[in-house]
Amino acid sequence: MNVRLRSQVVKEMLSYLRDPRSRMTLIVPPLMQLLIFSFAATLEVRNVDIAVLDRDSGAWSREMVQRVDAAGFVDRIVPVNSLAELRRLVDHREVLLGLHFDAGFSRDIEAGRPAEAQLLVDGRRANAGQIAVGYIEAVAAQLGAELAPAGGVPPPSTVVRHAFNPNLTYRWFIVPSLSGILAMFISLVVTSLSIARERELGTFDQLLVSPATPLEIVVGKTVPAVILGTVLGTIMITAGILIFGIPFTGSLPLLLASLVLFILSIVGIGLMLSSVCGTQQQAILGTFSVAVPIVLISGFATPVENMPDWLQWVAQASPLKYYLVIVQGSFLKALPPEVVLANAWPMAAIALVTLTSAVVLVKRRLS
Amino acid sequence: MAQPIGSPTVGGNAIGGNAVEIRGLAKRFDTDEALAPFDADIAAGRLTGLVGPDGAGKTTLLRLLAALLKPTAGTARVAGHDVAAEPTQVRLVTGYMPQRFGLYEDLSVLENLRLYARLRGLRGKELTETFERLLRFTRLEPFTGRLAGRLSGGMKQKLGLACALMARPEVLLLDEPSVGVDPVSRQDLWRMVDELTGEGMAVLWSTAYLDEAERCDTVLLLNDGRVEYHGPPAELTQRLAGRSFRLTGEAEDRRRLLAEALDLPTVRDGVIQGASVRVVLTEGSDRASVDELAHGHGSVVEPAEARFEDAFVDLLGGGPGGHSAIAEKMEAVTLDAEMVVECRHLTKRFGDFTATDDATFQVRKGEIFGLLGPNGAGKSTTFKMLCGLLRPTAGEALVAGHDLRHAPGQAKLQLGYMAQKFSLYGLLSVRQNLEFFSGVYGLEGGLRKRRIREMVETFELGRFLDASPDLLPLGFKQRLALACSLMHRPPVLFLDEPTSGVDPLTRREFWTHINGLVRKGVTVLVTTHFMDEAEYCDRVALMYRSRIIALDAPDALKASAASAETPDPTMEEAFIALVEAADRRVGEEAA
Repeated sequence: MNVRLRSQVVKEMLSYLRDPRSRMTLIVPPLMQLLIFSFAATLEVRNVDIAVLDRDSGAWSREMVQRVDAAGFVDRIVPVNSLAELRRLVDHREVLLGLHFDAGFSRDIEAGRPAEAQLLVDGRRANAGQIAVGYIEAVAAQLGAELAPAGGVPPPSTVVRHAFNPNLTYRWFIVPSLSGILAMFISLVVTSLSIARERELGTFDQLLVSPATPLEIVVGKTVPAVILGTVLGTIMITAGILIFGIPFTGSLPLLLASLVLFILSIVGIGLMLSSVCGTQQQAILGTFSVAVPIVLISGFATPVENMPDWLQWVAQASPLKYYLVIVQGSFLKALPPEVVLANAWPMAAIALVTLTSAVVLVKRRLS
Repeated sequence: MAQPIGSPTVGGNAIGGNAVEIRGLAKRFDTDEALAPFDADIAAGRLTGLVGPDGAGKTTLLRLLAALLKPTAGTARVAGHDVAAEPTQVRLVTGYMPQRFGLYEDLSVLENLRLYARLRGLRGKELTETFERLLRFTRLEPFTGRLAGRLSGGMKQKLGLACALMARPEVLLLDEPSVGVDPVSRQDLWRMVDELTGEGMAVLWSTAYLDEAERCDTVLLLNDGRVEYHGPPAELTQRLAGRSFRLTGEAEDRRRLLAEALDLPTVRDGVIQGASVRVVLTEGSDRASVDELAHGHGSVVEPAEARFEDAFVDLLGGGPGGHSAIAEKMEAVTLDAEMVVECRHLTKRFGDFTATDDATFQVRKGEIFGLLGPNGAGKSTTFKMLCGLLRPTAGEALVAGHDLRHAPGQAKLQLGYMAQKFSLYGLLSVRQNLEFFSGVYGLEGGLRKRRIREMVETFELGRFLDASPDLLPLGFKQRLALACSLMHRPPVLFLDEPTSGVDPLTRREFWTHINGLVRKGVTVLVTTHFMDEAEYCDRVALMYRSRIIALDAPDALKASAASAETPDPTMEEAFIALVEAADRRVGEEAA
């Protein structure tokens, strides 16, 4: 590395780390977020309140209510006396579900006829509602199985075994993904601010009149950001293994190499942003208008396969999409090297395009 | 003006009555005494100048009077209200304009006015009347729709003043309102302040320009938190009578003459004025040694009228010596080209706006070339094209024979650049800044260490090495910026308003270095608002409305602007006269 480039790398590194306060803001919040999000972001449904309108008041409706009440996901059973009241509680979000037994529920069961109960679900909370309905159905199925005529053949039942994450521990899925997303956010913010800050303070002109070439300027800003992002990503992967106890079944060297490529592609995006933004404020706003879509189309929250075709095409440009496949796979399913490679080269391609554009944009500032 | 700008009650004040009474007022920040206890009265209907070097306590005093700071000891009464006991009332009767007035750059002129009016609780008819009055007064009417961020420096200050006047204050506190404002806009500001004092308002105007201080009714001179002088400026100037001299004639090297004069024990202060050198003797010494020196250089000594600036520098302990340690360490410049900077028909257009229109000039080796002009005249654009930061729309700009936009690193090594705002890295320490700038110019190993040590020693940066440049006193910030731009020994130096907002003593020290460098053959290109800095230049190009309207030696420019009323104009008067003449020509062509 020549002395010009070396001094720029050192300068950039110092501007992240010399000031204790900025050092803290780079390192502490991502780790805090990892801890907080990994507990907060869960799709499991807990603490559900259910309103019950029991017009039957028979033994079987009471048995059913007791079983629901005993289920782990239920917090409170609210007895009501009219359909109107049931509706009101759902409307006011006081309960997620309303369970309605008509008179004759127990009589039907005693008579061996199929008995029906009505379930009212708050459609505004579709996701939680659907999951809760699933739980209730399981309770009902259980009850039905027990009621099956003695000596008769029990209805066939399925036993589901979840591969890779047998207990469906949500944290096993979310922590590896978060390690990538948080490292991405930090690298993106740091780089998108870097040129914009220099421009705002006037040091960028100072740099442009010096013998430093645009390529050197971009490399000088890329290297420190990649080091920073990779170190943060590695810390979070380590925390996933050691603190959260998530099984790591893949290849650590391959994962780290992919992490470097991933951060490189993100740094390229950040520098492109930074070279077109005039102020730090624009750069921060730009970061959010880029980072949020990158996460949304990456398949982190919703599978890419469920998106419309055109959006699936757009998703191919999100480096996070590839990195999530690698990092999740490396943790839980011993991702084979050829799959790692298949997901690594698109990141390399994105990095090449974005970094080249950043150099071109800086060069254009010069003329 | 039909209606007064100030509070109607001001009219009732007897002119000369006290608008501000200060008794034993003092301010201390932790252990640092920002303002030592002092007494003073500030008269209503008068303009009081608040002068002093950077860090003297000018802003602290203004903020105390605006009730934005609590005094550590003593009292101040502003229009009868005690600043400590009745801060709310004080704020109602004062208008305060800070150095960087809080204009919202993304709002238009009118929106800014409306915001400040609302903050002052104006509404309805009163609001529209106030707007009309202030817009007429500041002559901002044609620009009400323009974003504040796109106004020129002078217009921004006028808008800031309008916002500060919203309250119809009895006391107006202005913190360096003329920094970054060109002479033409400065004249406007003066006219406005004159009108205000005429209505009975007390105006306190802090400034680093001593020619402005000279125009005040009274000055309050602060140094290091102490009041050194309080009274009419002429009285202070009077003390210096008979000590100022001008060395004229064909001195072949006036920069050397100045350097040697400043080294004489009998000389207190000295500056270059066009082709001549102006010196101030120490108290009680005679002119014999100056005569002798002048004689050796073939120049003539003649008495000059004392200026407030002479008295100011004298009071503060005299100017710096004449020799620049850094210039002495520098090897003489060897450049083959005789013409170091050349512009040929240089033009820059942004959309349909022409920022620089057909500029052609050449700068010789070892020359100081000044680029002057009102805000927005195209100086900065021209300057940026020369150092390769902007691509010209037409024409070309060459530095040492290279077009810097395409030039390889080698050509850029020829160039040193010091920007207006001290563009140093605040996140790095002083040492790290020096290391960065030496590194980015390719210095390595022992040479790099030696240069850094040399800069630290000559600019006395030793005790600040681990501090952030942002925390340095202004003078040291400037030294550091100069050190960083000289690290690679450039034969050409570009200075973009290098001393904007810097006090006269620091400015003198800066020019001592520049003079020393020029004597080693360095070529200097400088843009400036300070007319006394223009005097240091060998030649000056005056830009107005994107064109160069005059290009000559400072003395010749002054002579060309001489008229029956002003037979011996100052640089500032010449500037205004030339700009007005250009306006007249445009008017005639249109007619």
